This record gives sequence, structure tokens and C-alpha cells, in this order.
Amino acid sequence: MANVASTTASAGTEVTARALREAVFAGLITLGLFVLFVGLETDQNIRNELVLRQRWGLLAVFVAVATVGRFLIVAYVQPWLAQRKAARVAAPDIAKRESFFSRNFAKIAIVALVLYPPVILALVGVQGSLKWVDNFGIQILIYVMLAWGLNIVVGLAGLLDLGYVAFYAVGAYSYALLSSYFGLSFWVLLPIAGILAALWGVILGFPVLRLRGDYLAIVTLAFGEIIRLVLINWTEVTKGTFGVSGIAKATLFGIKFDASKDGFAALFGLPMSSAYYKIFLFYLILALALLTAFVTIRLRRMPIGRAWEALREDEIACRSLGINTTMTKLTAFATGAMFGGIAGSFFAVRQGFVSPESFVFLESAVILAIVVLGGMGSLTGIAIAAVVMVGGTEILRELTFLKVIFGPTFTPELYRMLIFGLAMVVVMVWKPRGFVGSREPTAFLHERKAISGSFTKEGHG
Amino acid sequence: MALETTTMTNDPILKVEHLSMRFGGLMAINDFSFEAARGEITALIGPNGAGKTTVFNCITGFYKPTMGMITMRQRSGGEFLLERLPDFEIAKRAKVARTFQNIRMFSGLTVLENLLVAQHNKLMLASGFTILGLLGFPAYRQASKESIEVAKHWLEMASLIDRADDPAGDLPYGAQRRLEIARAMCTGPELLCLDEPAAGLNPRESLALNDLLQTIRGETGTSILLIEHDMSVVMEISDHVVVLEYGQKISDGNPDYVKNDPKVIAAYLGVEDEEVEEVIEEIEEIESEQGGMTQ
Ligand SMILES: Nc1ncnc2c1ncn2[C@@H]1O[C@H](COP(=O)(O)OP(=O)(O)OP(=O)(O)O)[C@@H](O)[C@H]1O
Ligand SMILES: [Mg+2]
Repeated sequence: MANVASTTASAGTEVTARALREAVFAGLITLGLFVLFVGLETDQNIRNELVLRQRWGLLAVFVAVATVGRFLIVAYVQPWLAQRKAARVAAPDIAKRESFFSRNFAKIAIVALVLYPPVILALVGVQGSLKWVDNFGIQILIYVMLAWGLNIVVGLAGLLDLGYVAFYAVGAYSYALLSSYFGLSFWVLLPIAGILAALWGVILGFPVLRLRGDYLAIVTLAFGEIIRLVLINWTEVTKGTFGVSGIAKATLFGIKFDASKDGFAALFGLPMSSAYYKIFLFYLILALALLTAFVTIRLRRMPIGRAWEALREDEIACRSLGINTTMTKLTAFATGAMFGGIAGSFFAVRQGFVSPESFVFLESAVILAIVVLGGMGSLTGIAIAAVVMVGGTEILRELTFLKVIFGPTFTPELYRMLIFGLAMVVVMVWKPRGFVGSREPTAFLHERKAISGSFTKEGHG
Repeated sequence: MALETTTMTNDPILKVEHLSMRFGGLMAINDFSFEAARGEITALIGPNGAGKTTVFNCITGFYKPTMGMITMRQRSGGEFLLERLPDFEIAKRAKVARTFQNIRMFSGLTVLENLLVAQHNKLMLASGFTILGLLGFPAYRQASKESIEVAKHWLEMASLIDRADDPAGDLPYGAQRRLEIARAMCTGPELLCLDEPAAGLNPRESLALNDLLQTIRGETGTSILLIEHDMSVVMEISDHVVVLEYGQKISDGNPDYVKNDPKVIAAYLGVEDEEVEEVIEEIEEIESEQGGMTQ
């Protein structure tokens, strides 16, 4: 007994010593890396001369964070993880009883989303709710819908599409142009935008889908850029970089959201506020996103959905079973594009303004990142990833206290991409298959068992 | 046996005529002709690299042959020139199903889902090309139930019913081979092409495979074209054997005939033509000894 105790004690001191050593190393490396980036800042004074400002305090914060962080990781987090792993190996077949929460996650999430606007209204009042409903609610839901749409192409059919934002642009411009030139209403144009985007999906798909893997990715990337460049240069129609402004708002059964006598606020005897329009838009995008999810779930149980997933697993085997793989890929492309287009027309109606700047490659990359982080194919995982990624960057704006540490010129939004990248690396190390790595089977004989992500393939075309 | 050989030429399900396939400078198949009779098990054998898989790929449309004609005649009398059809049409319309030498499964789908994917075209029609199905028409629900019954039947035949809800990638090797055959059968083929189905199986699994193939032929009347290295399988179950070497046919007949064909023996043992006679003598000696022992 004494023996065991002494060995664990010596192991403990050994770990602490190692942690101290590594902490010092990490601190030194951080110092070396950041001494020029953070410690010194170039600036211009009033006479336009370059001056060096010294920020040793900030540098000290960086080094301290790295040192303490490394110490904590080596001394406490790593042993704790190892212990947990050992415990799990020791007791592998404790049946995983799903809690009530995780079983009914989708239902709870939907109820929470429906209750979200009234709760916010009650908590922070009409004007205060604007930010929470618009920046957090609508913004996140747009990305959820886009990512669910892209999920059909990338997650189910396994076709790597780097130009998804092109369909978003087609939808947005379809609404913007058709409503300003022909005065068609939002409700008419919503499906039309979807159909037009799907059509573009097919037009792009025909020449491109015989390509596979990296080639497909590059061509779709180029297609996204082509659409953006057309929007910039076709100035007679799209007004180029100025964009289309003054896009008509959506109406609720003909009721307008404006200050007129028969507007929404007047009709219900409420004080005039743009918050009601935002809340209406919130429910609209919620409904559209849920429609996307519903259709995806239904399609997965249809022969076409199974063919998409089979295509992701093995294209040659698909053909040997009589599946027309070109048509199957085209339908995946068109369906994904359609939801992108619908989301695009919603985007146009929400902003009231569209310009090519909203449809840069970065948007495609963010949507793809959400799909990959969430776990390809999993609707729940993707929704969580969208909340984390988009909500996270919105929260960055709120972190004004960081200015106290990093100085008054610090703008946290600028570090958005840095944090995005960091989050992706962390998640991919921790869960290589995304938040929800397992796959739900679409049919079963005896019992429904989730399929571990290690069996599913990512597709190669 | 001799009688069967004559009936088979009367009603061939598959007729391959003057098939040639060239890869650059390599003539992988050279003027190869044979017939597979309806309702029989035809084996295609030959040393490594003889071109057997290439013949399969030509029949099932994965390669377009340089020359030659491949005719598939269905029970209903419909004829298809396979060299002109795209690969998926060969499975869909000509009703030729195949398996692969290196197993190709949908490893992330469950065993049951694998079999449902195989019934794609049937279900696609029933679901009105997805639209009626999406709207919840009952015709699709009915067809979907039936497709599960078909899958269940083949799962039982391949003794995979206990693993129906497991991912296909989780099955042991032998079970994956059986799954691939069951999946091919779910397309409702008239001709089933199997590329080395017994490769990597242990003797017990190999026996079970023989039974499965016999039942398939007996129950559904599906004709089978089989590539095989395992001679015990070939001799046991096939009605007709075609031997290929360096892309050319060197022998064609019933198993007993082929087994004793000097050219085949030479090809398998890798001897020069002059030595063939000696080899045959040796083999005959050995066989007579064995015969004496069993008696
Ligand atoms: N796509 C291809 N391109 C070039 N050469 C090929 C191709 N496919 C097959 N070959 C060549 O054709 C010849 C026949 O190959 P094939 O795979 O048909 O042999 P096989 O009889 O199936 O052999 P095994 O018993 O090893 O499976 C080989 O020399 C092979 O290298
Ligand atoms: Mg082969």
C-alpha cells in the first residue's frame, strides 16, 4: 500500500515538474512569436511620421496566458482526460441511456425557437429586442438554412461544392430584380427564386458533374466567382457594385409593416416599431429552415435520398445497381441550390439591399465550415455548429470588456476569422467527424442503431 | 453433361462474339467468343491477368470493348446489345447484375439499406420520381413495404438477417461477399455475374456460398456467370467452363472435359506445349492411383 501511494505521489510531482517545464517553454515561444507583433506597434503621429509604440503590458498578458494555460493543460487537463479514457475502456458496455433531453432535442429546440421572440420582448422590451431577434436569431437561422441546403450536396451526396454562395446570390438577385422591375410580391417570388436557383444548379451541374473530387471543388469555386463577377459587371441590370436598393418588404397576408394607417402596428394598436417586422422575419426564416429540414428528412427515406448517400459511399457500385448517377447528382445539386436560392431571396427581403459584396467566397467557406463542423449529414449537428460559429462571431461584438485589456482601439470582430480557424482546429482534433458524427439509418428491421462515423465515407466527387 | 451442352447452345442468355479489348499496346482480350446458357452456371477461369475481370467489365458496360458484340437475350425474348448501353442501363434494362473482385459495398449504410438501394429503380417509379412520395401518396408506402420484404427474403437466403441493422462496413469479410450477392439479387437480374465470390473465404464459408448459388439458380432461375480461382467451387457447381489465357479462349466445355484438356493443364501449370503430353500422363497416373485408393 505504502508503495502504491509513494509511486502515485512521485508520479504527481513528476507531472508537475513536466508541466512547469513545458509552461516555461510555451511562454518563451509566445514571447518570441509575439514580441514584434504585439509588443511593438507602428503608428502615425500628427505629422504623418511613423512612430513605434511599445505595448509591453499587452505582451505580458499574452505570455502569461500561454504559460498558465500550458501549465493547466499538462498538469490537470491531460491527466484528467487520460483517466476518463481509462475509465471508459474499463467499463465499455454500460448501455448508453439517452437522456430525455437528447432524445427530444429537436422538439425542445423548435419550441424554444418559437418562444424566443416573445421571451426576448418581455425581457428587454421592444427596442432592445431588435438586436437579439435580428443579429442573433435571423442571422443564425439564415446560416442554418444555408448549411442544411449545402448538406444535401456535401453531406448526403458527397459532392464537394465550394461555390454554394452562387445559388444564394441567384436567389437574392432574382427577388431584388424581379420585384423592382416587375413589382412582383415576395410570396410569388420566393418559390420562383428557388426554382431559378435550382435551374442554375442544373445548368452548372451538366458539364461539371462528370468531374470528381478536387476538380469538382475547383470548378464550383470558379462558378461562384463567375456569378459574382457577372453581378458586378452587368451594370445595366444589376447596377454593379452599387447593388440594388429599395427592395420591397414582405407582407403578412397583405398587411404591410410600415407606419401607414393600415400597417401592422396601427392595425393591432401597437406603437410603431421595426421590431415587429423583424419578429415576422424571424418566424418566416424559422419556417423556411424547418421546411428545409422536413424535406431533407423526407428525402432521405426516399429512393433518391438513399441513392445520394449510396453515391457518397461508392459511385461504381451505384451504377452496377442500375442507378443513373448523373441524374442522381443533378437532383442533389438542384435541391441544394433551390434551398440556397430561397434563403437568398429571404436575405434580400431582410436587408432591403443586395450587392455582390455579400456573395464572396468567404461566405461559401463559412457555410461549408458549418456543415463539416456539425458533422456531415446531421441536421442537429449542423444547427449546433451554426449557432456556435455565427452566434460566436456576433458575441465577439458584445465583448466590450476586452477593450479594457487590449486597449481602446481593439475591435474584436477583426479577430473573427482567427477564432473561426482556431475553433475548427479544436473541434476537428476533438471530434474529427463533427459535433454529431454518427448517421441515422433510414430504415430498420429490428432496432434503429446509429451508425458510427468511422464507417461512413465523405465521398470523393 | 453432354446433353446439357447441346441444350445450352439452343437458348443462350448471353452471347459474346469476337470480343476484343485493347489498353494502349496491351491486347487484354483478343477475339474472345463464348455463350452462357439460360438457367446454368457458367464459369470463366484462367490464370492471373488472363483478362477475366476485363470480360466482366465489358459485359456490364464499365469498359467499352474495342471490338465485338455482346448480346443479352431475356426470358421475354427482348434482346440487348450490351456494348451499346451505358453501364447503369445494363443493370436497369438488360437485367444483368454483378459483384466486384474487391468488394464494393455502401459501408456507411446498414445491411438493409444496401439492399434497398439496389431496388432503386422500382421504388423510384413507385414514388412518382420522388414527387408523389414526398407528398405522402400511399402507393409509395406500399412499395416501400414490399421492398423491405424482398430485402428480408434475400437477407435470410444469405443468412444475414441478424445483422440487418448493422453498418455493412462492420461485417466480416465472408458476410460482405454474401451481402454483395444478395444486393445484386435485389435488382431482380436474369444474369448474375460474380467476380471471384469465393476469394478469401474459409472452406466452410465456401461451402455455404455454393449452396447459396445453387439455391439462387434453383429458386429464381437466374443464370450465373462466375469467375473463380477455387477449382473445388468451379468443378462442384458449374455446368459449363470457359478457360481464358492471355485474353484468348483456350478451352470451352463441361467441367470434366476442361479439367482434362491438355491446354488447360499446361496453362495452369505453366509448361511448354511439348511437355504437355508428359504432364497429362503424370496426372493420369496420379488419378488412377487415387481412384485405386478410394476403391
Ligand atoms: N483499365 C485498365 N487499363 C490498363 N490495363 C488494364 C486495365 N484493366 C485491366 N488491364 C490489364 O488487362 C489484363 C487483364 O486484367 P484482368 O483484371 O482482366 O485479369 P484477371 O483475369 O481478372 O486477373 P485476376 O485473376 O488477377 O483477377 C492485365 O494485364 C491488366 O493489367
Ligand atoms: Mg480479376
